[in-house]
Amino acid sequence: MSTVKLTVNGKAVSVDVEDRTLLVHLLRENLNLTGTHVGCDTSQCGACVVHIDGRAVKSCTVLAGQAAGSNVTTIEGIAKGDELHPMQAAFRDNHGLQCGYCTPGMIMSAIDIVHRYGGELDETTVRHELEGNICRCTGYHNIVKAVLDAAGRMKVAQAAE
Amino acid sequence: MYETIYHRASSVDEAAALFAKGEEPKYLAGGHTLIPVMKQRLASPSDVIDLGKIKELIGVDATADALTIKAATPHCDVAQNSAAQKAIPAIAYLASLIGDPAVRHRGTIGGSLANNDPAADYPAAVLALGATIKTNKRTIAADDFFQGLFSTALEDGEIITAVSFPIPAKAGYAKFPHPASRFALTGVFVAKTKDGDVRVAATGASQSGVTRVGPIEAALKANWSAAALDSVQIPSAGLLSDIHGSADYRANLIKVMAQRAVTAAG
Repeated sequence: MSTVKLTVNGKAVSVDVEDRTLLVHLLRENLNLTGTHVGCDTSQCGACVVHIDGRAVKSCTVLAGQAAGSNVTTIEGIAKGDELHPMQAAFRDNHGLQCGYCTPGMIMSAIDIVHRYGGELDETTVRHELEGNICRCTGYHNIVKAVLDAAGRMKVAQAAE
Repeated sequence: MYETIYHRASSVDEAAALFAKGEEPKYLAGGHTLIPVMKQRLASPSDVIDLGKIKELIGVDATADALTIKAATPHCDVAQNSAAQKAIPAIAYLASLIGDPAVRHRGTIGGSLANNDPAADYPAAVLALGATIKTNKRTIAADDFFQGLFSTALEDGEIITAVSFPIPAKAGYAKFPHPASRFALTGVFVAKTKDGDVRVAATGASQSGVTRVGPIEAALKANWSAAALDSVQIPSAGLLSDIHGSADYRANLIKVMAQRAVTAAG
């Protein structure tokens, strides 16, 4: 057992876990942040994507100890109170989900994509950048639409700040 | 995953000392091979020694003669590094093709080389460019480093600290990725050195891991152009054959990827 100290969604936390604990399990089982999902558990599907120090990573492939001292952001940490993050709002408005299982990972990856590309996003880029996130309901059409929509909203929001 | 003890090393020396004390220790860099293998219980190290936060192992440096990538530098930081893009654009491009964005945020060049997966991207660049692998004990030439599937010249406990690529006259990389895993079904790196030598390496294709491709080297040495490879025949003996592609298919991919790499190199 080790004590892992990290910041999750802006809050300092200290958790006693076995050294073999994966970050996704620390989040879900110790902190009850069950918005981050385990899909494939083999680093393929992206349902477990969270941000570590601002970078999208697959939390099923990170040991809890590796995240010690880092800032972790999960799907629960992106809205401002009742106001959805622009990416969440765009997924809702564009019907960018069906069952919703992949959605938290999609949204966390998508925010990372917009941060890296700024407003310079096109459909081809979004599809390529979402390679590590798998949706098994239907396809990616509305997901891509939502990301492009949100990229515009986030640019406007950033300009307003 | 079996139980293990996690250590975070703050220096290369500390990591080596922790390794020496462990029963069956393993180094952990980005963890994007080791952790999946541990989850499958195919590896059960007593101790994992995290190299990922060691500052002396992170960074990219370019001079007129060489591009040096320190071992724990994640792929995304190589892909986006302006010095790397300028010194050897084919290396930055190769790094941008590894896995997916989340994988590139964690995976490292040192981890990729130490693991020597037969379908990994970096080994092709290291072998084709005749890079030098620096460790905490010595330097190893690329020609001596790769020793077959998942096998390298590294001794027990030895840590890769950096990889130094000589700046070539021309270099290009082309990969036919497996559509799910993004590993190379076949990837080919072509390089023309400043003194006119040509070296070509293929990954994902051979039963013995990353390998030089003699017939393509000979053809490109005589005439550096994609068209020069039109009549080259790659023997399928010794190539991988599996549900993703037969040996004959991969033999053809070696040629086609080499042609695309030459076109990209210019």
